[in-house]
Amino acid sequence: MTLLRIILIRLLTTAITLFGVAIIVFVVIRVVPGNPIAMMLPPGATDADIARLQAQYGFDKSIFQQFVIWLGNVTQGDFGTSISLRQPVSDLVLGRLPATLELSIIALTIAVIIGGTMALLGTRFRDTKGEAAVDVSAGMALSIPDFLWGLVLILLFGVFWPIFHISGRVSPSINIDFTTNFFLFEALMRLRFDVIADLIGHMFMPALALAIPLAAIIAQLLKQSLKETMHLDYVTLARTKGYGENHVIAREALPNAILPTLTLVGVQFTFLIGGTVIIERLFSYEGLGNMAIDAVINRDLPLIQGIVILFALLFTIVNLVVDMLYVVLNPKLRHA
Amino acid sequence: MRDLRGDVKRTLGLRLWLSGGWLTILALAALCAPLLAPKDPLMQDLFLGRMPPFWMDGAEPGYLLGTDSLGRDVLSRILYGARLALIVALVAGTLTCFVGATLGLIAGYYRGWPDRIISRFVDIWMAFPPVLFAILLIAVMGTGLLSIIIAIVIIDWTRFARVIRAEAMTQGAMDYVASAQVSGQTRFSTMLTEILPNVLPTIVVLLTLEMGIAVIVEAILSFVNLSISTDSPTWGGMISEGRTSVHQAWWVLVFPLITLFLTVLSFSQLGEGLKDRFDPVLR
Amino acid sequence: MNGYLSIRNLTVRLKGGGTILRDVSLNVAAGQVHGLMGESGAGKSMIGKAVLGTLPRALDITSGQIWLDGVDLQTLPPAERRNRIGALAALIPQDPLTALNPSRRIGPQITRRLVDILGWKRQDAAKRALELLNEVHIPDAPRVMRSYPHELSGGMRQRILIASAFAAEPKLIIADEPTTALDVTVQKQILHLISEMQARHDTALLFVTHDLGVMSKVCDTLSVLYAGKVVEEANMPRFFMRPIHPYSAALLAATPTYTDPTSSLTPVPQTVVDQVEREVMEHDLRTAS
Repeated sequence: MTLLRIILIRLLTTAITLFGVAIIVFVVIRVVPGNPIAMMLPPGATDADIARLQAQYGFDKSIFQQFVIWLGNVTQGDFGTSISLRQPVSDLVLGRLPATLELSIIALTIAVIIGGTMALLGTRFRDTKGEAAVDVSAGMALSIPDFLWGLVLILLFGVFWPIFHISGRVSPSINIDFTTNFFLFEALMRLRFDVIADLIGHMFMPALALAIPLAAIIAQLLKQSLKETMHLDYVTLARTKGYGENHVIAREALPNAILPTLTLVGVQFTFLIGGTVIIERLFSYEGLGNMAIDAVINRDLPLIQGIVILFALLFTIVNLVVDMLYVVLNPKLRHA
Repeated sequence: MRDLRGDVKRTLGLRLWLSGGWLTILALAALCAPLLAPKDPLMQDLFLGRMPPFWMDGAEPGYLLGTDSLGRDVLSRILYGARLALIVALVAGTLTCFVGATLGLIAGYYRGWPDRIISRFVDIWMAFPPVLFAILLIAVMGTGLLSIIIAIVIIDWTRFARVIRAEAMTQGAMDYVASAQVSGQTRFSTMLTEILPNVLPTIVVLLTLEMGIAVIVEAILSFVNLSISTDSPTWGGMISEGRTSVHQAWWVLVFPLITLFLTVLSFSQLGEGLKDRFDPVLR
Repeated sequence: MNGYLSIRNLTVRLKGGGTILRDVSLNVAAGQVHGLMGESGAGKSMIGKAVLGTLPRALDITSGQIWLDGVDLQTLPPAERRNRIGALAALIPQDPLTALNPSRRIGPQITRRLVDILGWKRQDAAKRALELLNEVHIPDAPRVMRSYPHELSGGMRQRILIASAFAAEPKLIIADEPTTALDVTVQKQILHLISEMQARHDTALLFVTHDLGVMSKVCDTLSVLYAGKVVEEANMPRFFMRPIHPYSAALLAATPTYTDPTSSLTPVPQTVVDQVEREVMEHDLRTAS
């Protein structure tokens, strides 16, 4: 019951949000002073050539008409054709999505591992210098955005101590024919450890750059939540039963402390996905964000629209999943 | 217990001093850039391209932090770059704060339909990847200082609106607000005299954080060549150039990066420090 | 007089601050119920916490011994000490609403100590838990075992906590104001249940309360605590007939009797309070020098 209602409400607000995003993108990019069609044609093209192409892409109609046509096509799964790459937008976008998804998920995993460990250590050594160290490093990590962490990592592990690749997604020398664009997933399935190592070698730094601020947030929120939980009676009761500090933190406090941090971490994960745009650019990683920046620079209106809508969709899916996880993990809601 | 509080206070003080000190130095450097800069930041000398910093072999006298691939002095460009960075930080930060805090106050205090409209817009904004949004706006408005500032305000007002809305809602539910209204104040003047002073500490903290973010956004836009004209020195532009030649001349990337790093860190630490100053428990 | 639990000259201090317990000594004999009486803030809960090793981090045991079953707990290394307490003693906590882990089903919360600390087999522990739930008069025990805490009432949860406390057949139970957080109607039943269980399992019970009426119903002996200091130790009949310390006498006078509800309530006189304060101060001066 609860789950169904949450999903329905979420779907409704998602639809409204996506509609709003579509309108804003549509309006913003049609204020562009430069004429994208003119840029596509060789010098010396006649006005008639321009007019013909404009009609082909629908730019001769009013913004409102264009929006209605676009929306009509989108409902049939047609996001138009990219101007600069002359391929269907949906093909292009879906072709790049797996790269961005894999990067985001690896980043999330790293963030949860680092942040969770820091929170647990900070709780284990609370009120000592150990906790202070966790606080200070989390504060530092949080103040610096992913873009700067990316640059720092490039210098450290790409230049001064070159152990990772600083650009691309996979080395050209790697000999494998992928059937999907989920390279990492596919390599795992096919047990090609050489390929996995190469992919991770490329992904590790961009993923770490994305993960550091999120790890800091997880460390702070989870530690706060854990410390509050540690004062509760059932934790004290567990101590009197003969359980040690480690067990009490991990088994009694942690399951209850995760819940309040979950929603906030969900929102932060959407920020992380948003961060892939510049991080992919920085590491020349062939994902959605990198393509988005090219699309903006080339004034490729249909492609920009498609990518922005996909990002918005991704964010709302993440929020939906987090809401459902919250219900599933919370015994009070599960049986209500 | 008392000792711990002393410790906390001391580290807080240190944090404020360090971050404030760095930002003051930076402001002075920006103001006096023409006096301090050893070279003309735009002067190219292709014979002096990629000269290393002074302590390395083959350094060119007079170019303390080395030169970039076009032979321009890295130190001078950092000094001049501080001007743009600080202008963007101050102007864009303040404007973003004004727009976002105003909308947040209205949404949180008036509730009802203004809240619904503003919150809906916040939701829509949250569905945009901010960097992509900023790049899109610059592509539309054209490059230039004004475009950057407008783009930052447009993408980041929600950061203030969200937090201030929540705070204004909490404050609005307090008894002292109700009593102010009962005593005959208009809602608008209650908002200004009762709510605003109580959310002001939060606004100030967010403002300093936003200044750091504005510097980063400008650097990111420079990085994708969408900031101001390409030959005027910006930290982001230097980083962008340094990133491409990082294997040949790491110093072109390292020095502007360190400057940017310290500046962003200082803004946020200043914010954190101020937040603790405002915290009555620690004060 | 050496009890099953014997606290000798226990002093607990706030780190870098005031004294919470001053030179406290008390005995709980095997199978006996010892009451620990005092106003709120007198430090009575801290005694239980000191025994169980759950004192807040800001507090330190600065001197004294805690003998449990002939072993001074203070001399044991932390892990061994924990295991010993876990096997020999148990706590019935004050607030049943917060003392059960909200994310875990009832069954495991009763059986975990048996399985994890005492090495029972899972099935044996589950069988034992069902027996215990029946003993504390919980209907439909199998269903309750599968429930989450929020699905049960406060009285029900306190019964479960009592069952859980007796699960490992401890020789000592510390009940820390076990009825304070409950409705008056439920209080009586829970009090009965604790007495009943204590008698059946023949455990020593340290019963902490601020309610002399409650204490008179369940305890064999008692200690009266004021400002972290034991001002009187007595058995119940003697205490009610001839309290020695003026503070005890004043406490008795301040308690409404059920036999004579018309008798007015007398507050503890200021002179008595002054005398106790003076005693406490003298004690502090003695130990400081």
